[in-house]
Amino acid sequence: MFVNKPSVPSKRSVLLAVCAATMALAVSACGGSTAQKTTKDGFAQAPQKDGALTVWVDATRLDAAKQYQQLHPEVKLDIVSYDGDANGSNYLQTKVQLFNRTGKGWPDVVFSSQNNEASWAVDAGFAAPLDKGLIPADTLGQFAKGANDVCTVNGTVYCLRNDLSQAVLWYNAPLMKQFGYQVPKTWEEYQALGEKVAAEHPGYLVGDAGDSYTPEIYMWASKCEANHITGPKAVTVNTTSDSCTKMAKLMDGLIKNKSMSISGVFSTDFGKNEADKVLLMPGPAWYGGAVFKDTLKTPEKTVGVAPIPQWQGDTSPSTGNVGGGTWLLSQHSTNLKAATDFLKWVTTDNAYQGEKAPGFPAYAPAAENWLKAQDASGYFATSLSPLKDASSQVWSNWGSGQYSQEAIWAADVKPGMTQGQSIASLLPAWQASIVKHAESFGYKVSS
Amino acid sequence: MAFVAGYVLLLIAFGVLPTGYAIYFAFTDGGGSFTGFSNFISTAQDFRFVDAIGHVAIYLVFWLLSLVVFVVALALLLHRVSSSRASQALRFLYYIPGALAGAASVLVWLFMLDPTVSPVSSLLGALGFHTFGEVIAPGNLPVLFTIVAFWTGAGGWIVVMYGALNNIPTDVMEAARIDGASAWQTAWHVQIPMLRKWIIYMVILAFAGGAQLFVEPQLLSLASVGVAGRDYSLNQLTYDFAFQMNNINGAAAVSMELLVVSVAAAGVFVARSGFFDAD
Repeated sequence: MFVNKPSVPSKRSVLLAVCAATMALAVSACGGSTAQKTTKDGFAQAPQKDGALTVWVDATRLDAAKQYQQLHPEVKLDIVSYDGDANGSNYLQTKVQLFNRTGKGWPDVVFSSQNNEASWAVDAGFAAPLDKGLIPADTLGQFAKGANDVCTVNGTVYCLRNDLSQAVLWYNAPLMKQFGYQVPKTWEEYQALGEKVAAEHPGYLVGDAGDSYTPEIYMWASKCEANHITGPKAVTVNTTSDSCTKMAKLMDGLIKNKSMSISGVFSTDFGKNEADKVLLMPGPAWYGGAVFKDTLKTPEKTVGVAPIPQWQGDTSPSTGNVGGGTWLLSQHSTNLKAATDFLKWVTTDNAYQGEKAPGFPAYAPAAENWLKAQDASGYFATSLSPLKDASSQVWSNWGSGQYSQEAIWAADVKPGMTQGQSIASLLPAWQASIVKHAESFGYKVSS
Repeated sequence: MAFVAGYVLLLIAFGVLPTGYAIYFAFTDGGGSFTGFSNFISTAQDFRFVDAIGHVAIYLVFWLLSLVVFVVALALLLHRVSSSRASQALRFLYYIPGALAGAASVLVWLFMLDPTVSPVSSLLGALGFHTFGEVIAPGNLPVLFTIVAFWTGAGGWIVVMYGALNNIPTDVMEAARIDGASAWQTAWHVQIPMLRKWIIYMVILAFAGGAQLFVEPQLLSLASVGVAGRDYSLNQLTYDFAFQMNNINGAAAVSMELLVVSVAAAGVFVARSGFFDAD
C-alpha cells in the first residue's frame, strides 16, 4: 500500500526541501540588489546597463509612449498601462512598497494623474532628484511659474508636471447671449447672476459643487487656508476664516435656489438631467475636453472661457488647481540615460505636449503651441487665452500633502451636503477631519 | 497519510508561513527589531480604528441575523416545494449569484443602486432615493453591504441547508406528521434543531468572512469617488496602513487582532454548541 511504503525519510526530506526553498525564496526576495551603487546627480545610482526601458502610463498617456516609440525605434520600450492612480487609487504607491521589499520591479519612468505623488515617493526612496544633474536648469526654468511646486520637496525637484489644471470660468456663449447676461468678473457678480438665473431661467446652472474636488475649485479660488503646506511635515488648516465662510455662504445660497448642482459632473444623473442646462461652470483647464466635449457632448462653438471671478477689492486674481499629472523617474533605474531622455521628451517636446496632449501643458513653450492648436481646432466659441493667464495665477498657499483633500471632502462634507446641510455649517467638521488625517500622517498642524 | 500530505504542505506554505510572517511583522518595526505591543497600541490610537470596529460590528449584526433567518427560512421553503422540477429550478436560481466573483457582483449592485440607470429605479424612487448620493448615505451602508453580501453568498448556504434538510431521516419527519405537527411546528421543533450544527458552521464562516469586509466598501468608495470612505472597514484600514502610510507592521497588528477575534468567536460557538459532539 502506498501509505505503508518505506518512504517516510524521503517524505521528510521533501518537506524539508519545500521549507528550505520557501526560506530561500523569502531571503532572496528580501535581499534585493546589493550591487555597488555610485552617487551621481544627487543620488546613489544603480549600475547602468542598456536594458529595455519600462514606462508606466495611464490609458490617456498611452499615445504619448507609443509616439515616442515610433520616433525612437532604437529604444527598447516596455510600455505598461495602469490606472494612473486615478481617483487616488494609490496603485503606484502600493506597488512601490512591494518593489521596495522585493528589491526589483520598479518602472523607470511613470506617469501619475495625482499631483501629490512626490510627497510619498521621496520618503519611499523611489523618485529621483531631477534638478541635480539629470534635467538641465534652463529646461526646468521654462515650466510655468509654480508648475513644479507639487514636485518640490525640501527645495529639490522630484518629478515633472505633465499638465496644469488651473481653474477658469467656462460658459455657454450662445445661451448667455440669448438670455442677455454678462460673464461675471467678480464672485459678487457671479452670485447675483446665480440668483437671477434661478428666478428667470429655473433649471439652468451657474456651477456644480458635487465633485470631490469642489474645494479645489471654489475654496482655493477664495484663498481659503484649508491646506497650506508650510514645510515637509507641517500644515496650516483654517477652514473657518472669513475667506472660507464667504465662499461657503455663496455656494449655499446658489445650492438652495438650485442654480448650483450638487451632482458631480461625471455622475450619471448629471449627464442625464443637467448636461444641457450648464450656463456657467467654474472648473479646471481639462473641463474643455474631458467634460464639455467628451462627457456632456456640448456642440462646437458653444463653450467659451473667461477668467475665474475674484472677490471685489482683491488686488490680484487667484485660482485653484484640480489635478494635473506628473512624471516620476525611478532612482532604481538601470538605464538613466534613456529614462531621462524619455522624461524630457514627454514633458517638453512639441510633438506630443505641443500638439497631441489633451491637457494644458505645464511646459510653457509647449503650452504656447498647444493653445494655437486648440484655437485652430475651432471647437471653442472663444479664444483659450484665459487659460494661459490663469496658469500663473494659481494661489500658492494650497499644497499637496500625503493625505487626500478630495477624499476628506468626499467622506466628510459631501454626504452632509446630500442630506441638505449647508457647507457653512460643515466647515468645522471639515477642519476637524483634515487635522486628524494630517496628524495621522505625522504632520504638525497649526491653525 | 499521503492523502493529507499535499494538503498539509499547501497549508504550511500558504497558511502557516504567511501567518507566522505576519505575526513577526506585528511585533517588530520596519527595521526588524522587536517592539512588543507598540504596533497594536499605535494602530488602536488611530482616529479611524474605533469607527472601523463600529462599522464592522454593525455590519456583522445585520449580516449574521439576515443570514441565519433568511437562509434557514428559504431552505425550509425550498424543502417543502414538492415538485422536484420547481425545487431544482429554485436551487439553481439561488445558486447563480454566488457564481459571480465577489467584485463583479458588487459592480452589479452599484448599477442596481444608481437610480439614474437602475432597472428598479421606480422602487428606489418610491423609497425616496433619487440620486446615487442619497442611496449611499453613510447610514445606509450596513444595510447595503448586507444586501450585496447576502445576494452573493447566501445562495450557496441555502443549497447546503437544503442538503442537510434532506439528510433528516424520513421516519423522524413522518413521526412528526403522525403526531399532528403543523409545518411550522415541524420546522421549529424538528428541522431547525437538527440543522443546528450546520447553522453554527455557517455562522462561524460568515463571521470570519464578514469581519474581513473589504471588497464591498472598497469598490463603493471608488464608485462614489470617496463618499463611502476608504477606511470604512478594518480590512480597508489595514490596507491603508500598509500601502498608503507605509506601515506594514501596523497593518499586520490589525490583521492579528482580526484573526484572534475570529478564532475566539469560532471557539465560543463551537464550545457552546457542542459542535464536535458525536450524535
